[in-house]
Amino acid sequence: MKKFLSAALAAVMAFGLVACGSTPASTPASEGTSTPASAAGTEGDATGVFKIGGIGPTTGGAATYGNAVKNGAQIAVDEINALGGIQFVLNFQDDENDVEKAMNAYNNLKDWGMQALLGTVTTQPCLTVAPEAAADNMFLLTPSASNVDVIAEDNAFQVCFTDPNQGIASADYIADNALATKIAIIYDSSDAYSSGIRDKFVEEAGVKGLEIVANEAFTGDSKTDFSVQVQKAKDAGAELVFLPIYYTEANLIIQEMDKQGFDAMIFGCDGLDGLLTIEGANLELFEGVMLLTPFVADADDEATQAFVAKYQEAYGEIPNQFAADAYDGIYIILAAIEQSGATADMDASALCDALKGAMTEITVDGLTGEGMQWQASGEVNKAPRAMKIVDGAYAAM
Amino acid sequence: MELLSYLINGVSLGSVYAIIALGYTMVYGIAKMLNFAHGDVIMVGSYIVFIAVNQAGLPPLAAILLSMVLCTVLGLAIERFAYKPLRGASSLAVLITAIGVSYLLQNLALLIWGSDPKNFTSVVDIPALDLHLAGGRIVISSETVVTIVSAAAIMVGLTLFVNHTKMGHAMLAVSEDKGAAQLMGVNVNSTIAMTFAIGSALAAVAGVLLCSAYPALQPTTGAMPGIKAFTAAVFGGIGSIPGAMLGGVLLGIIEILGKAYVSTQLADAIVFAVLIVVLLVRPTGLLGKPMNEKV
Repeated sequence: MKKFLSAALAAVMAFGLVACGSTPASTPASEGTSTPASAAGTEGDATGVFKIGGIGPTTGGAATYGNAVKNGAQIAVDEINALGGIQFVLNFQDDENDVEKAMNAYNNLKDWGMQALLGTVTTQPCLTVAPEAAADNMFLLTPSASNVDVIAEDNAFQVCFTDPNQGIASADYIADNALATKIAIIYDSSDAYSSGIRDKFVEEAGVKGLEIVANEAFTGDSKTDFSVQVQKAKDAGAELVFLPIYYTEANLIIQEMDKQGFDAMIFGCDGLDGLLTIEGANLELFEGVMLLTPFVADADDEATQAFVAKYQEAYGEIPNQFAADAYDGIYIILAAIEQSGATADMDASALCDALKGAMTEITVDGLTGEGMQWQASGEVNKAPRAMKIVDGAYAAM
Repeated sequence: MELLSYLINGVSLGSVYAIIALGYTMVYGIAKMLNFAHGDVIMVGSYIVFIAVNQAGLPPLAAILLSMVLCTVLGLAIERFAYKPLRGASSLAVLITAIGVSYLLQNLALLIWGSDPKNFTSVVDIPALDLHLAGGRIVISSETVVTIVSAAAIMVGLTLFVNHTKMGHAMLAVSEDKGAAQLMGVNVNSTIAMTFAIGSALAAVAGVLLCSAYPALQPTTGAMPGIKAFTAAVFGGIGSIPGAMLGGVLLGIIEILGKAYVSTQLADAIVFAVLIVVLLVRPTGLLGKPMNEKV
């Protein structure tokens, strides 16, 4: 009953907010007609301004993700515009992680004259917007919606890994580096992210000859007591515990393991990125935790450090993986435009046709992976990075 | 050996449910209302202890006392401003108000402390019991021991209070018949306020024990344990103090054994299925007394 009530209240709140949200959106729409006219001049691609739309939650429960994408993308746009050459303008609309708001935002952006879409940020709205974008033949590049159905149509591409790929990459990493052969999994069966990774992990583990000795689930409604799951993993003699979950529950599981004196390796995916930010946590327990994640803010390469510094200066916080995905996303669009020789006076459909072809030809070195390449399906090909927590900080493995 | 360690985990989880359930059951017994905000008072209490220990540097015991005092004030304020004006209203209106207060507290906590989970440092500072029994080894964490002992002590204390003090007798009288109690000179309003004060102070203790055993503190920390504890209170017979204790412990044991021997995913389904069966056989719960309607 509480869930129903929360849904109803959220709907009421969302309705109130969208009434306010529509006003600013109409302002850029009026100037939207002027750009194609000016770009139709003789200068060609060097001076045109490409209108990039963005959609993601900048308010509500998932606001962290949307704001990170908005800010990360803005930094990339500013950098590119400062160089002269191809110019971008970014119009980022709030969808509150709600499918209807996302559709409204998409239509607003079309009225504004959007030529390519960076978004949407979260999976559920993206599943709604993607078919519409396909029907319009609008180029869509999602920084972070990791579901495979998001890229079902040929106009859609991803910056992030798909959920299944994280599972496969994890199993491969464990097998190829001979970390362990007896593996226990503890996952959230009520969460698509977690069970998606687990399913593929189990499949790939079978291929690679890893033995799953315990495969224990929990659900969103009972995620405080993990004594049973941990004890089963311990009794099964697991050498490594695979946690394809978010860091809040992982923290509880790691503490329970310590309590039971169960000393196994811990391996997780990008959901574990955040362990070190838990206030009051005993960081010693996280020593040696391994995770596959495309981006960590304290990695020591130059590009990451420059990005983190700029982001901190502009927004006063450490960027997360979503900000990096968005930053890369803008550069990926730039690379595809350069590759295809597209110009800013093209309409969205013509630009989409040009970029679609170019996406399979380009290779981009970004914050979230080196040598990123795309298949026509829209899936990204990049090497996952494995990190290990050493002395309370991430270190590359 | 395995079974024994599962049982101990079950009793530990169940004892936390039991302490929360005591708060539910007392308020229901006396005010005849379901205080759904109880779980969220627990959350507020835990945050107070967290801040007092981690940021103000108070010793844990002082922090718990502070939290009990502040929770009592919070409980009284909720009763005064949200429930008292509705004393004569339909029970549905009161129920909806309680859910509203619950969301108010959760969202205020979200505003004040943010949604990031905080890691609650256990306030229990004694070593774990390490038992070697008949060729096996069992580790019983100190939190488990303290939780079980506190739950038992609180139950005994409450029973004595209700049966052997004037205030307790007033509570019993109000629970039996509000109108008649008033006619006999019992101050109904202050009795109900007293009940909320005790319930909220217990919530502070429950919060500390809950977060010491399962140390992730979030604005939603109290919500699910609150629902489970409510279930435990109904299971044991709502309105009955020993019933809340028995219901809580049984619920904890069923949950853990269900996870261990049936399926980790089905644990909640099993718990609630057992509840349904019990209520079919005994509609008033395990220890609930059927009230005779006098005409």
